[in-house]
Amino acid sequence: MGIESEYEIPVLTTTVEKMVQWARRSSIWPVTFGLACCAIEMMAMSCSRYDVARFGAEVFRGSPRQSDLMIIAGRLSRKMAPALRRIYDQMPEPKWVISMGACASIGGVFDNYAIVQGVDQVVPVDVYVPGCPPRPESLIYGIVELQRKIAQQRLAS
Amino acid sequence: MDAAALVASLQQAVPDATFEAVATVDLHPTFYVSRDHIARIARALRETSTLDFAFLAELTAVDYWPHEPRFEVVYVLVSLQHRLRARMKVRVSGADAHLATVSDVWPAANWLEREVWDLFGIVFDGHPDPRRLLMPEDWEGFPLRKDSPVQIRRPPHVAEPLQVTADEFRQNVERDRLARE
Repeated sequence: MGIESEYEIPVLTTTVEKMVQWARRSSIWPVTFGLACCAIEMMAMSCSRYDVARFGAEVFRGSPRQSDLMIIAGRLSRKMAPALRRIYDQMPEPKWVISMGACASIGGVFDNYAIVQGVDQVVPVDVYVPGCPPRPESLIYGIVELQRKIAQQRLAS
Repeated sequence: MDAAALVASLQQAVPDATFEAVATVDLHPTFYVSRDHIARIARALRETSTLDFAFLAELTAVDYWPHEPRFEVVYVLVSLQHRLRARMKVRVSGADAHLATVSDVWPAANWLEREVWDLFGIVFDGHPDPRRLLMPEDWEGFPLRKDSPVQIRRPPHVAEPLQVTADEFRQNVERDRLARE
């Protein structure tokens, strides 16, 4: 990018690719989908005290068809796994997944027959946020890391 | 009314059943009954006017593996009319784990018996809807049995996305339209 000073009006030049990824990462719309207690922290993150709107990810959509990001907030039971996969399949590309907390990432304290030991067995995960539950700051950091990752992604050649 | 008096009035209603009143720490009237008469005993508990146990508060089971008989099915009953509580237990052996349903006496027993079947594998004869309640439909085994493995590593089952042809899709839409009309 550079400012071309010979024009009367200020102009920014960039590539289409950078422009598209800037637009994508600046307005990540998460799907409203909470599985357990981590969802409480996720809600706190979107409210006024932590205010994830500063990072452009505050528009929680009720429909997966309008969403870019799935925050898997909590333990995933084996019975829930097909439903989660179905919601993920309904999201339009490009889409990203944050695995929030110990339970979603590796099963957490629920090392038993009923809980999926890591949601990466069901959907591809972009960012893992550790914690039990992670504080809203941690989740915001996860979203910023995801934005960094999106910025590095290349459009399909 | 204590357990002995309860058993006495039940023995009158169902003479050929065997009852055994037991002492408990929490002083709830508690008694064991024989498995084969459970349907008639349930009916008597509900319909005898001096008892009138209209409310089935809980129906669950306990696994005492490796002791035999390994299961006990527990019915917690409330009589709102006479302000009574009772706890009825039935011993069920592991080799022959079935007993009669009481869902025709207390409709609340329907899902509770499904839950017990789902988690313990105790069959309720004559149950109107004997499906799994909590576990996935294709689950194998009964997880609350003491000899059931807890920490298993099995890939989660995820259904494949539904694939239909254009013709099938049109037929589905048409069938839905006809069903609505």
